[in-house]
Amino acid sequence: MSQSTPTTTTLNGGGADRPSVDEALRAALDAGPRPPRPGAVAASLTFCRRALLKVRHDPQQLFDAIAFPVMVTLVFTFLFGGAIAGSTHDYVQFLLPGIVVLTVVMISMSTGVALNTDISKGVNDRFRSMSIWRPSVLVGELLSDTVRYLMASTVAVLLGLALGFRPHGGFVGVVAALALIQVFAFSLAWVWTALGLVVHQPQTIMTLSGLGVFPLLFCSNIFVSTRSMPGWLQAVVNVNPVTRTVTAVRGLMSGSVTATQIGTAFLAYAVLIVVFGSLTVRLYNKER
Amino acid sequence: MDSRTDLAIETSGLVKVFGETRAVDGVDLAVRAGSVHGFLGPNGAGKTTTIRMLATLLRPSAGQARVFGHDVVREADTVRGRVSLTGQFASVDDDLSGAENLVMLARLLGHPRARARSRAEELLAAFDLTEAAGRPAKKYSGGMRRRLDIAASIIVPPDLLFLDEPTAGLDPHSRNHVWDIVRAIVAAGTTVLLTTQRLDEADELADQIAVIDRGKIIADGTAAELKASVGSSAVHVRLADPGRRPDAVRALGETLGVAVHTGSDPATLTAGVPVDTGSDGGERVARALAELARSGVALIDYTFGPPSLDEVFLALTGHRADDAVATGEEDAA
Repeated sequence: MSQSTPTTTTLNGGGADRPSVDEALRAALDAGPRPPRPGAVAASLTFCRRALLKVRHDPQQLFDAIAFPVMVTLVFTFLFGGAIAGSTHDYVQFLLPGIVVLTVVMISMSTGVALNTDISKGVNDRFRSMSIWRPSVLVGELLSDTVRYLMASTVAVLLGLALGFRPHGGFVGVVAALALIQVFAFSLAWVWTALGLVVHQPQTIMTLSGLGVFPLLFCSNIFVSTRSMPGWLQAVVNVNPVTRTVTAVRGLMSGSVTATQIGTAFLAYAVLIVVFGSLTVRLYNKER
Repeated sequence: MDSRTDLAIETSGLVKVFGETRAVDGVDLAVRAGSVHGFLGPNGAGKTTTIRMLATLLRPSAGQARVFGHDVVREADTVRGRVSLTGQFASVDDDLSGAENLVMLARLLGHPRARARSRAEELLAAFDLTEAAGRPAKKYSGGMRRRLDIAASIIVPPDLLFLDEPTAGLDPHSRNHVWDIVRAIVAAGTTVLLTTQRLDEADELADQIAVIDRGKIIADGTAAELKASVGSSAVHVRLADPGRRPDAVRALGETLGVAVHTGSDPATLTAGVPVDTGSDGGERVARALAELARSGVALIDYTFGPPSLDEVFLALTGHRADDAVATGEEDAA
């Protein structure tokens, strides 16, 4: 008579290559006292490290951070430079700070898609079931993107220098400008993450981000000075956080920055983080 | 341990509604601290949704759920500090290596960096994963992945572990190994809620078994009680000629003295064989099969063994386990 299910007796010879449960497991189960709940910063940094480890395992993720600024800088300098400023050399002095900002804006868009894909993975349920500061998953993820922003903006600046860009703010001014750009990109990324959580199809996120990014980039002072624009448009352009950033970055790189320029830029970042950061966290906490 | 209750899980009238579907429809569950409670049911029966509510991942639509006396909604963070998830409820990170996964989770549980590393090494060794420590988790075999998953859940041994189909898809050897691991975890003081589709697994590990169907608990008792309600064993018969099925139903029914169920396949039959009559089930089945042969009903195949989850379902609900899938639930996703 045949048995439909194997019985639970140990299989013959089964124990030979592996002991049933050894001392190592028993010892591992005696783990000592429970450690205290990690703080918000420690948890965020752990998630940042997780994202960086992924980049290390798959460095191709960084491709856009190198290729994109090269393409954009070359295209805008040579295609539009002569027409807008008379010569490519003059235009690159004006354009380069804006191009660095444009580069990180474009790169930050992929954050929404990345987050959307990441939170659909099973490991996120484990994170959500742990006693940690909930937004640390998002903060860590965005902090790690700083690496991409820093690479992209450095590439853009170096290429600019090769094309004749001469920042009067010197080394310190350029470094300060790059630091400001990191803060800007971190703040702006919350817009894309919020979008990434509302929309479920990665394809749709890309389309919508694309639609949103064009007014953001072109209704700004990246390519031309606001002085040539009609008054109502100037009003719009001036509240654009991209404009605030480009103005501050130009100031820092040329050594003519004012406290107001920096102040209004940070005000714009605070608004972005408060509005879109809290929206993102709310959306993330919503059950799925 | 909490002095407020000796129950690890206590739910009353727990409900979760997704749009039109009542995925969980009034579940009352009591799980004693320190025990292994089996949670049986087909896909879509409401197992996953119930557990996701208990693990604070979903908000109940109605009713109450407490874990060690703490409300899963109002004291969610306290609950999170005491439970751990495995399997489809919460996997490991595929893109990271086994070691990186364990270090990351140890850090998130609050271990300082050095201790997180030593804890990861301890667990990798205990779970026979030291050699694979540097490989990405997505390259692991099924058994290795399962072990990494369980290791990740006991970095800080939880008070309550949701163990999801721990041996699905494993060969018998790995399965026995995982069962031994589960027993060791329980011996160390963890309460386990074990979901499974296999009665033999629940039988092997669980002190008490709850059966869920269409969002409701339809049975809750020890394995012996559950089997008694089904017949301790089941005989399955496949006929050479489906046209002879009525004859076979009659012959088997008369000899065994029990109801014979016809399968959806026109050539199959199933009957539960109770043990409480005192006679040996195997001997009665042998007589019944001999009776079939005498009536000239040819068989292609027959099996005799403990009842499957399917038979438990049939006995408890009157419908087959796979019918329940049609009710739909987010489980399937």
